[in-house]
Amino acid sequence: MPVEVRLPTVLRQHAGGQASVKANGETLEDVFVDLVRQFPGLAGQVVTEDGALHKFVNVYRNDDDVRYLDKLATKVADGDVISILPAVAGG
Amino acid sequence: MAHYASILDLIGNTPLVDISQLSPNPTTRILAKLEAQNPGGSVKDRVALSMVQTAEKEGTIVPDTGQVIVESSSGNTGIGLAMIAKVRGYTLKVVLPENVSEERKQLLRIWGAEIIPSPGSEGSNGAMRRAQDLAAAHDDWWFPFQYGNHANVQAHLEGTGPEIWRDCPEVTHLVAGLGTSGTLIGVGTFLKRQNPDVQVWAIEPPAGEMVDGLKNFDEGFVPPIFDDYNGADLLDRKKIVRPRESLEWTRRLIDVGVFAGISSGAVVAGAHQCAEAVDNAVIVVVLPDGGWKYLSTGAWTDDLGEVVERAKRTMYF
Repeated sequence: MPVEVRLPTVLRQHAGGQASVKANGETLEDVFVDLVRQFPGLAGQVVTEDGALHKFVNVYRNDDDVRYLDKLATKVADGDVISILPAVAGG
Repeated sequence: MAHYASILDLIGNTPLVDISQLSPNPTTRILAKLEAQNPGGSVKDRVALSMVQTAEKEGTIVPDTGQVIVESSSGNTGIGLAMIAKVRGYTLKVVLPENVSEERKQLLRIWGAEIIPSPGSEGSNGAMRRAQDLAAAHDDWWFPFQYGNHANVQAHLEGTGPEIWRDCPEVTHLVAGLGTSGTLIGVGTFLKRQNPDVQVWAIEPPAGEMVDGLKNFDEGFVPPIFDDYNGADLLDRKKIVRPRESLEWTRRLIDVGVFAGISSGAVVAGAHQCAEAVDNAVIVVVLPDGGWKYLSTGAWTDDLGEVVERAKRTMYF
């Protein structure tokens, strides 16, 4: 399933400067595997070597934080927008 | 009570108002806790007072000495601290991102705080790092550090949470904004202790999109209080609400007479999504501040598209 993946400024250098790229998969994990296949520089940036989301990264499926869905096993569907953002605070 | 001894005695005990007219689901009610009713105009009065009182008890700071307090804030914590510093006799310095509304800056100055500007592109993370550096360079300054100060959470564990339970024990869902995580952690923890079935929804702005000064993700930031209180286990959902939806709901709140800030629009948008998803629920949503500080943004009066573009460059959480 093709989904759109929006990259934060800090990752764009690894994807030819693009802010948004396409990737395929049934789950988020598949999508990230496909992303790294296309852009090897993204390896280890979002998903750590032991297969967990990086602590200071938030990943959203259509604006819903996947840590509170099924994490990397979260299903994705055609047309979903996956956003990757650095963790920042407010207040 | 006929009168109060101090303006600070008016902090807390904010009203809960039924805004179910905005619920898309006839079986689900929405109740709004109006934190604008605090004397400094926001939920952060509670946090500021709790942190100051705790530090006074511990002897870290002494009233009426003009002792320097330095804190980073996108506005409301600074404003609460400024009001308290004026009354209690401290000198406040606030590291403030440049891209906040003009009214936030004016209010800080009105209560005598010094503003130390930090680049908007660095967001709250950058302001916090500057405050940390300043505090490290001045031994006699007190740095409350709202992101790691347990008195932030205590304000909501002992104040906001019990007030909601007292006024609405039938609550099934809490919806609140995520900034320092203090409101969500404190109120969420309290409500789940009373009723483990209560669901906690966090709403945040797409703030990470505005911060482009990071070299890598390790410069990102999760507030220590979020980890200290196991925030990841406490929250049931966490959603981004974007500026357009936030502003649309800030305007729709006017239909029920509520003049609230832009982050209130965001959390009410979240409450609306929650109400669409669950039947027979009672949602309590915490509205952090009032509309006054955002009049200069044209949030209610200008073309929505223009205001949305402006809001994308402004910190309103």
